[in-house]
Amino acid sequence: MKTPTIKQILLITDGCSNKGENPSSVAFDAYQKGITVNVIGVLDHDTIDEKGMSEIESIASAGGGVHQVVYTQQLSKTVQMVTRQSMNQTIQGVVNKQLQNILGKNMTIENLSPEKRGEIMEVVEDLGETSKMDILVLIDTSASMNQKLNTVKEALFDLSISLNARTGNNRFSVLLFPGKRSDVDVALEWTDGLDSLNRIFRKIEMRGITPTGPALREAIDHFSPTLNLNSPSDYEYENYYEETI
Amino acid sequence: MNMKTTTKKPFNLRVGSTITGKWHKNAYFINHVLGAGAIGTVYLAKSHAGPVAIKISENNITVTSEVNVLKILSPAQGKTLGPRLIDVDDIEIDGKIIPFYVMEYIEGVDFFRFAQYYGPGWVVKLTVALLDNLHQLHKQGWIFGDLKPENIIVEARTLLVRFVDVGGTTRQGRAIKEFTEYFDRGFWGIGSRKAEPSYDLFAIAMMMINTIHGKKVIKKEGGIKQLQTIIGQNGETKKISKVLMKALQGQYKDANEMKIELETYVDKNLSLRRSRKAQEKKRKRRSSLLEVAAVLAIAIGTYYFYMFY
Repeated sequence: MKTPTIKQILLITDGCSNKGENPSSVAFDAYQKGITVNVIGVLDHDTIDEKGMSEIESIASAGGGVHQVVYTQQLSKTVQMVTRQSMNQTIQGVVNKQLQNILGKNMTIENLSPEKRGEIMEVVEDLGETSKMDILVLIDTSASMNQKLNTVKEALFDLSISLNARTGNNRFSVLLFPGKRSDVDVALEWTDGLDSLNRIFRKIEMRGITPTGPALREAIDHFSPTLNLNSPSDYEYENYYEETI
Repeated sequence: MNMKTTTKKPFNLRVGSTITGKWHKNAYFINHVLGAGAIGTVYLAKSHAGPVAIKISENNITVTSEVNVLKILSPAQGKTLGPRLIDVDDIEIDGKIIPFYVMEYIEGVDFFRFAQYYGPGWVVKLTVALLDNLHQLHKQGWIFGDLKPENIIVEARTLLVRFVDVGGTTRQGRAIKEFTEYFDRGFWGIGSRKAEPSYDLFAIAMMMINTIHGKKVIKKEGGIKQLQTIIGQNGETKKISKVLMKALQGQYKDANEMKIELETYVDKNLSLRRSRKAQEKKRKRRSSLLEVAAVLAIAIGTYYFYMFY
């Protein structure tokens, strides 16, 4: 089996979008292009308004990803858990596809006996360790997020420690919205570590609008325009190739 | 990992209900919850062979990967490092298939509580035993990962240390699967999250500091400097600071090397007398525990084969 490149957008926000395209609709497009959209909602106190909550849920669900709403202090743990869970889901999807090719349409990991499942899971873990990962972090820097940004920075740095312990390669990129003159600013171009985060976060100014949809749109475009090998349907083609013995 | 969220609650079994596995048809009566986290819940249950612990989680990946680890930890011969794996199955509830596994129920107290009860001398002594276990695990090519006092149980009947919650156990050379910030060298800015013996030895040192001091300190600037200061603040950790500092900085080549150095600090006259802090409590239990201590004295140096019920 080929090692897949896992593409994720990690959206960190604290509330509702108020400008431009519907973010869930954009998240749906992202998923169709093989990019998973995960959302972390960051709370200050016990409150999150229902509208914000349902937007977070629906973006992740349209984007094939995972969502979690947490208080600022728990951000580090959550960022890692969400990223890992989402990665596993993607890989499990790939493995399920393979299983169906071998064993027939309705065969998924869940339908296997616990003994067989154990063997398959080793494959899932192997892929989790060796896959390439492209993670685009999309951070809401609207006014209400401002005090939380230091924690966001620490959480992201911590995420890079975890991912860089894997055998597979990682690429990170950080986009901030709203941007100075447009909806989005590219704060960090694709790079293999998040050591330079300090510099980015020093320059942030707060703004009122929250253009989540347009920001997600630009995030999709930011993934390299090279051939997309991550699209769910592409894996089927592998069957057409024959290996040299 | 525990976290408050507004998202859906994890799946729960009703206490007092009986579940029957879909594949192997074994029945289990659910007694009560032993522990619950974000990824799953562990129950004390009754089986035809006696009490067992059952872990259930909707997360198939977690369950299956923990089962794989438990199989490795329970070799056919020799002592079992973790809980013995008894059964793996699914239950079907409301059309949903939920995986679970059944393991030996290890009766005892966790490392932290034991240390609070009997004092710092026992932390050193039990850690020596723990390092022995770890070395075995490392030799098999595995790193425990999520080492913390709650994940170590001191077995009541034998005073042996056993690992529970093997979710973090990772093949050597890979990225640690699960960890707890306070015991993680990445969090303190002292090293990577690559699974290697020194990763576990860092956690062991943090565990010793944590259980001897009886509390966690808040990470300030992090790094080895802050940890060194913390070690110096308590006479008991200061005594063993040479070992702690080496472990924290990854200077031991394996667990055995650390064990040999730590062994020189073991108090030969250690008894199961409660530490001053715990003196007031539970007078009655003392005599029975002293009996256990006598048994332990005989058993020292040999492996105790734990017979299950």
